[in-house]
Amino acid sequence: MKEYCVILFQTVTQSVWTSRLLKKAGIERKMVPIPRSLSADCGYCVRVLRDDAQRVRELLDRSGVGCARIENYQ
Amino acid sequence: MSMHTGIFSHAQLADRIGMVLQAEKAAAVYFDNAATSFPKPPAVIGAVTDYMTRVGGNPGRSAHARSVDAGEAVFAAREAAAELFGASNPMRVLFASNATDALNLAVQGILRPGDHAVTTAMEHNSVIRPLREMEARGVALTVVPCPDGRLDPERFSRSVRGDTKLAVVNHASNAFGILQPLRDIAAVCRERGIVLLADCAQTAGIIPIDMERDGIDLLAFAGHKGLYGPTGTGGLVLAGGFDTALLRPLKFGGTGSNSDSEVQPDFLPDRYESGTLNAAGISGLNAGIRHIFSLQDGVKSVHSHKKMLADRFINGVRGSVRGFTGYVPAERIETGVVSFNIAGMEPSEVAYLLSERYGIMCRPGLHCAPLAHRTMGTFPGGTVRFSFGIFNTEEEIDLSIQALGEISSGKR
Repeated sequence: MKEYCVILFQTVTQSVWTSRLLKKAGIERKMVPIPRSLSADCGYCVRVLRDDAQRVRELLDRSGVGCARIENYQ
Repeated sequence: MSMHTGIFSHAQLADRIGMVLQAEKAAAVYFDNAATSFPKPPAVIGAVTDYMTRVGGNPGRSAHARSVDAGEAVFAAREAAAELFGASNPMRVLFASNATDALNLAVQGILRPGDHAVTTAMEHNSVIRPLREMEARGVALTVVPCPDGRLDPERFSRSVRGDTKLAVVNHASNAFGILQPLRDIAAVCRERGIVLLADCAQTAGIIPIDMERDGIDLLAFAGHKGLYGPTGTGGLVLAGGFDTALLRPLKFGGTGSNSDSEVQPDFLPDRYESGTLNAAGISGLNAGIRHIFSLQDGVKSVHSHKKMLADRFINGVRGSVRGFTGYVPAERIETGVVSFNIAGMEPSEVAYLLSERYGIMCRPGLHCAPLAHRTMGTFPGGTVRFSFGIFNTEEEIDLSIQALGEISSGKR
């Protein structure tokens, strides 16, 4: 079974930006609702494979998307 | 996913749009592009239609496909605007309903009673009215005279005081097409620690702009003029180094973020974008900006096309239109905006005859810029204004010269 992380941001604008960056980089991603256990926000976050988490972190640091939280996702 | 709109397929719709635009173009000559541009590129209409018929969701409010796609459409427009203006980060593109809305956010958001602001004598009411309102609330205001319509950076520098917080400068006049020396003014602002707000309503998509290079802190733009988006679009772009603590939001409300809090978020763009955005319009705006990018030489080609049309018009009327008075030499008109009068006639009469007899649409009067008209000596009578766009042709210029020739010689 695949293991996932979710990347949470302050604003969905960052989520959309990240989704577009990951798409360009060929990294599997999906927009999913923010898990209630992680935040009370009604928006969405970006789900990626746990194995890609480090690559994603580096990509975000390089691109200027801004602060993000990466959490394990069941 | 089906590409049917329910009434027409998208391909049928595109054909119909193309036919309608061609018919409209043939029926009239539209010289009122400084008010709002027409026609819009078919891709703009297609993008709005796509949003209205397929995308449909509220950007950033949910994780279903329509909301996600709407968020993508809005973000694509942020990226396009950031690229167009040389902004460092698309998160610093804030959408507003027009340039006036963006200017109000900046002016009201920055100034506090006791501050001093400087502006020019070439401003549109979208700048001078908010500033006069702030003056009534206790802000000191200096309006720097602009002989011949141009702001002298030296004179501007002398108007700056120790308590000057904001300078608001019209990049190009909506009534006269004169460009201000923004980079020289920015240098003064940098040196004196003043925030520079540039009103680029008339230059976005027409004059190449690079916020970092040009030293602009805040850039207000209209989406529906030189960017060929729908009405109801515009925005404020913040330079990379601009400290958002200086700018209070004008509106507070739902953002789709921090929903557990009753307090406005402090991060971009949500701090300044409360309530549902005009996602349909912004989708069109994205297509409009990308249309400009798609032109060979992009913004530069728009600039040269407009200069060519203005030159052809001014050279053509000389000698063939009796009693023609222009107010700015052709070489100083940068944005395809020409103000003029015909001796013995009111501007509104000239515009009416042009419209009724020749199908030439323009704008007479003061163009919401009484200050600029005072500066240029055309207040209160105003002028006839022709403002050319990317779809105007040399043939249309020649037709208008012929029409003005007939009107001026009394063949009405």
